[in-house]
Amino acid sequence: MKFVDEYRDPAAARQILGHITELAKDGHYKFMEVCGGHTHTIYKHGIENVLPETVELVHGPGCPVCVIPMGRVDDAIAVAETPGVIFTSFGDMMRVPGGNGNLLEAKARGADVRMVYSPLDALRIAIANPDKKVVFFAVGFETTAPSTAVTVMKAMEKGVTNFSLFCNHVTIVPPLKAILDSPDLRLNGFLGPGHVSTVIGNRPYRFVPAQYGLPLVTAGFEPLDILQSILMLLRQIDEGRCEVENQYTRAVPEHGNPKALEILAEVFELRPHFEWRGLGFISQSALKLREKYAAWDAELLYEVPGVRVADPKACQCGEVLKGVIKPWECKVFGTACTPETPIGTCMVSSEGACAAYYNYGRFTKHQTVAVELGRSKAPAPV
Amino acid sequence: MCLGIPGQVVEIIDPADHRATVDVDGVRREVNVGLVMGDAGGIKVGDWVLIHVGFAMTKIDEEEAASTLEFIKQLGSVYDDEIRDFSAEAPL
Amino acid sequence: MTEERRDDHSHEDEVLERIEAWRRRRPKLKDEFINSAHGAGGKASAALIDAVFLEAFRNKSLETMADGAVLELPGGDRVAFSTDGYVVKPRRFPGGSVGDLAVNGTVNDLAMMGAVPQWLSASFIIEDGFSITELRDLVADMAAAALKAGVQIVTGDTKVVNKGACDGVYITTAGVGVIPANIHLDAKSVRPGDKVLVSGKIGDHGVAVLIARGDLALEADIPTDSAPLGELVEHLLAAAPNTRFLRDPTRGGVATVLNELAREAEVGVVMQESALPIRNIVNGACEILGIDPLYVANEGKLVAVVPAEETEAALAAMQAHPFGVDAAVIGEIREDPPGIVILNTVFGGNRIVDMLVGDPLPRIC
Repeated sequence: MKFVDEYRDPAAARQILGHITELAKDGHYKFMEVCGGHTHTIYKHGIENVLPETVELVHGPGCPVCVIPMGRVDDAIAVAETPGVIFTSFGDMMRVPGGNGNLLEAKARGADVRMVYSPLDALRIAIANPDKKVVFFAVGFETTAPSTAVTVMKAMEKGVTNFSLFCNHVTIVPPLKAILDSPDLRLNGFLGPGHVSTVIGNRPYRFVPAQYGLPLVTAGFEPLDILQSILMLLRQIDEGRCEVENQYTRAVPEHGNPKALEILAEVFELRPHFEWRGLGFISQSALKLREKYAAWDAELLYEVPGVRVADPKACQCGEVLKGVIKPWECKVFGTACTPETPIGTCMVSSEGACAAYYNYGRFTKHQTVAVELGRSKAPAPV
Repeated sequence: MCLGIPGQVVEIIDPADHRATVDVDGVRREVNVGLVMGDAGGIKVGDWVLIHVGFAMTKIDEEEAASTLEFIKQLGSVYDDEIRDFSAEAPL
Repeated sequence: MTEERRDDHSHEDEVLERIEAWRRRRPKLKDEFINSAHGAGGKASAALIDAVFLEAFRNKSLETMADGAVLELPGGDRVAFSTDGYVVKPRRFPGGSVGDLAVNGTVNDLAMMGAVPQWLSASFIIEDGFSITELRDLVADMAAAALKAGVQIVTGDTKVVNKGACDGVYITTAGVGVIPANIHLDAKSVRPGDKVLVSGKIGDHGVAVLIARGDLALEADIPTDSAPLGELVEHLLAAAPNTRFLRDPTRGGVATVLNELAREAEVGVVMQESALPIRNIVNGACEILGIDPLYVANEGKLVAVVPAEETEAALAAMQAHPFGVDAAVIGEIREDPPGIVILNTVFGGNRIVDMLVGDPLPRIC
């Protein structure tokens, strides 16, 4: 696949790793990848077990599915179980537990819950089912929010009144600040979220070096992107620089996507505060529909319990997210808390630090012997 | 977060409604290109875009992509010892 | 490596052992109601079968939890007996229909036990108002598939239920086949050093059905791989008579089959990502949807474990058969870590390939 395969080249990886090992040989460096997509790449390709021991990756809060608090999932289920409602959601949210089960279970009880690939597909379902009310469970950071915004604008433009949005969009900078403000944090730099940055650009991260004295490199999502970004961070440290750099230049323009930002501002406004699973309430960290789009706002159209469900006490997600402990150091990791029965945010989606470690990371450092495959025919491209 | 997949624009279905078809390794899907219409040069058949939830989020800059790979190539194998050590440890 | 880091590692190992002990416990059914994950062939299915069916029916044949039972006749001959229900939606998709799946699926379950598939039964649960033309077409597909597989459909049943009580038509087939005396396939006979082979490109069927369903609005020219594997198995077993284990990676895909094997045989399985035969188009669809082709269903493929010295013969035999042209060696059996499947990635790292909880769900992030 173009723009994918060439960034998985093992020979090039060896080159970068040589430089990383050399630059990191006299210290110990902890870098946080903010974005869950990076966490996924790191585990999926086994990047942690090729990095030198002096470079440690801490998995950050950038998984929009993981951070939705249980109370909001309960609200979503309440909407989904309202008679006459078709509730649409990305596949990611289907197994996320609320205080009382998940959407798949609501579907099993009879709710009309449908998986969609795009918010526009949800709008299409609304148009095709004029006698039903279609609600879309909107989650995601600034990457996903513009798509939802366009969908709501289209609903207004086409006069589709049986469509609404249960809006849970969040923004990336406030949780980053929350993490940077925590006193027990020990980091040497950040891998910045590449796909959020396609929308917001690189400028919003300037406070990281300016106020907190830590370098940040906006990184792409293939293995070589991540290795190169780590090298760029180490070089900044080595050369005494501390700035925002962009590794993912093929997709991230310096100023982001002005059109998307304009649409976001047209449709959404900041909520005064929003609860994040594992991180608590963070002010001005989430989006809601503006007054102008009130007719498409599910929170105004449906009665939801709106009850706050506290994170379980045993859960140490907050410390995992801040890099204070590793996933396996949590008391409930892998026993009470597993991908089947997650307790905390980090175990909820495959992008969460704990789930990624549980699903992909266990045991890997013990098994680095190549398989002797004999004279097997190499798989030919089709 | 935010799965983004590179795809190539193979057809502009309706420029006014921002509808285009993209191809990802032989799989085609209609996407909305409204968010990238304003980019330099607009959007045309043959362009590569990054797709997320049925929307083209950004145009992929082929020159930048090439220069990133070039940068990596330029790194060269200065630290031969480390590379040898690494190769001995891990299968590649 | 500093002293502190070494301590760190042994602590991590302890935690990992604790988790493994926890994982090996019998799956526990906690749900009060059935949901889709219980039918997806992953951990939830295993929990349901264990807690409800095995609990009630317990016997030696059922306890093997294979795709079918091996039964010994008074004369000493062994027969394989298997059954499966077919409810796929849509009923028709590129390259096949629920009709030919209903035949090939059961035929393949028998073939995976080393049996020569011979007789099938077919039971139809039909919704009131269902089109007889469509029924005739599906049955014609079954007849054609049976002919191709060399089996006869020798008994059957028909029930009509109220409109809405089922979705069109559900087909259940059961099958019987005789196992040649010299064939002994058993997960427990798998040994470290054995090789893992797959008979062709993986993920075709699952992706074909996902796309044909239409709700993801994807278009791709990818037909199902639905095929009867009886003859391929015969050729394979003739070339590699000490073949240890065969299974068809249907729902849950290659990853699920290898996890079951690792668990049953108490061995480790190491796969080489670069060796996995996957069509670009299947890869493309999986990338878009954020799913892993290793978990995607196949209907005309098998996973085989053969002793290292018979690998070349097994591979050549499969590649010489029309349903095994793209066969490949994808990995090997290791002693460590028992019960775990590991993938060496193209990129040079490695990761665990675990059982899924339910069907893979398309994801956006």
